[in-house]
Amino acid sequence: MSADANKMFTETPLVRRKYRQEAIAKWVFCAMSAAMIVPLLLILSYLIQRAWPSLSLSFIIDIPVRGMKEGGIWPAFIGTVYLVFISLAVSAPIGILAAIYLNEYAKDNWFNRIINLAVINLAGVPSIVHALFGLGAFVYAARFGYSILSASLTLAIMTLPVIIASTRESLASVPRSFREACWNVGATRWQTIKAVVLPNSISGILTGVILQVSRAAGETAPIMFTGAVFFKAVQKGDLFPYHLNDQCMALSMHLYTISTQVPGVKESIPFATAVVLLGLVLAVNAAAIALRVWLRNRKKW
Amino acid sequence: MPAPAPQKPAGLSFAVREATRPLWAVFGERTLTVLIYLCGISAIIFVLSIFIFVFKEAAPILLSSKFKLSQFLFSTEWYPTSEVNVRYGVLAMIVGTFTVTGVAMVIAVPFGIGAAIYISEFCGPKVKETLKIVIELLAAIPSVVWGFIGLTVMSRLIVQYTGAPVGVNILNGGIILALMSVPIIVSIGEDALKAVPDSYREAGIALGATKWQLIWRVLLPAAKNGLLAAVLLGVGRGVGETMAVLMATGHAVHIPNSILDSVRTLTANIAAELGEAPAGSDHYRVLFLTGVLLFTLTFLVNLAADVVIRGIKKK
Repeated sequence: MSADANKMFTETPLVRRKYRQEAIAKWVFCAMSAAMIVPLLLILSYLIQRAWPSLSLSFIIDIPVRGMKEGGIWPAFIGTVYLVFISLAVSAPIGILAAIYLNEYAKDNWFNRIINLAVINLAGVPSIVHALFGLGAFVYAARFGYSILSASLTLAIMTLPVIIASTRESLASVPRSFREACWNVGATRWQTIKAVVLPNSISGILTGVILQVSRAAGETAPIMFTGAVFFKAVQKGDLFPYHLNDQCMALSMHLYTISTQVPGVKESIPFATAVVLLGLVLAVNAAAIALRVWLRNRKKW
Repeated sequence: MPAPAPQKPAGLSFAVREATRPLWAVFGERTLTVLIYLCGISAIIFVLSIFIFVFKEAAPILLSSKFKLSQFLFSTEWYPTSEVNVRYGVLAMIVGTFTVTGVAMVIAVPFGIGAAIYISEFCGPKVKETLKIVIELLAAIPSVVWGFIGLTVMSRLIVQYTGAPVGVNILNGGIILALMSVPIIVSIGEDALKAVPDSYREAGIALGATKWQLIWRVLLPAAKNGLLAAVLLGVGRGVGETMAVLMATGHAVHIPNSILDSVRTLTANIAAELGEAPAGSDHYRVLFLTGVLLFTLTFLVNLAADVVIRGIKKK
């Protein structure tokens, strides 16, 4: 009897092969995951290394000189800040209210399925098509001209799906029983949203807004034909250089321009611009992730 | 999650409550509900108006006698500024878009699905958390920075290792696009694997299967629709990407012979020429028509992905 049991659990060649296969599969998949991350780290360190001679605080607050071949990036930096905040002011309220509608009011019928499909497709529309739309609708049809306003509105529509998706997710994570408790004491739908749903999901919504900032800061194509220009004269360190109907410079556009259109730029400047843009976007994203992790650990239900 | 309407209590107590609520609050809530509804349908309005505005700018050229749609779609001759014989054929650009996207998918799909399998099946919770954060950061890198990496880092490597005359070509654009679409493939693919019920895994393990056998025989077949959706979304991303391919694929308008040829994609063509085309000219309208084509392409790809995902949810 005991001999039989031993036989049952000894390793046959088949079992050995089986486990060898498993070990190989594990390492192959591990290597595939690493293959996404290692090149990224190498490229990042290469960029920083090449950018090093130009990287300093004065690079950010200086203005470009000698036909953008030397100097800093202040006009582009402040232009990006303008574009991001104006587009945020437009799309954050619309996006949050849209998510409230989809999560709190909408029933599961064909019309709301079409809305969902529209949100998905809005996220999938190529950025250059957004640019064409911005040009046709805001620059020409609405007569805003090439301006910060046109560019920001184009960006706002482009980043709308980001905020709708993340707000919806954070609204959906508020348990149903919270709402039911509130309805049962006689609150209306909006009172419930205001008093129960929003306070419990506000940090999730904030995460979505932060992600939207990072998305808007990095986009180039939509602003290229609606309001961003190659060069705009701005005072060094000026915080309010642009008006709504001015054209402006932007970091992403500036990086494209100096790396492809302007010959003879000092070598480390495009790299430094790329590092500043990348650092900005990644820092904003890291803030969103940190907020989310902190939030999840704090959650009581 | 649709929330059902709260049940209104019948009878006197309800009437009393309603009467005590101030008028402005009732009206305020009505207005707000209308506003929320309007924002809710804004996505439809925006998608429709994108199509209408882009199509409206393109429409006059469709009716013009000089222009033939068949020539637009099936000719490789793109001479928009020719003095004597203007020709608008975007076939070379369509081929360019699909070769670059194809190369990107050949690289990104195995790696993306491999990484999704590793994240969902093999690694521990801490590694999983870290990998997901890294992938999220990878997805956040702006496309113009990817283009810059292609232009400066990747092109040098390609010239060095393949001996190609120019470093900005299909391979370069494909690699950059692969790195850009991997995060979406990983995150959707991981969702698809997570959606396979645990009872499938338990049944496999109870039969003595190793993890690899479980993945190959059970999980991949069960999750194949979700993985297909992940790939479709990756394709959608690839077709629509603009700045990275503009900077990394070179600017040759022709049908490529090898993977080391430069090409131009539909998106890059618009980005490169819109600035030079005077508003209202034929050239300008043809570029908008290219936009309509792109919109339609990505719409169909995203629709297909949505249908596949919806099919899974119904099961």
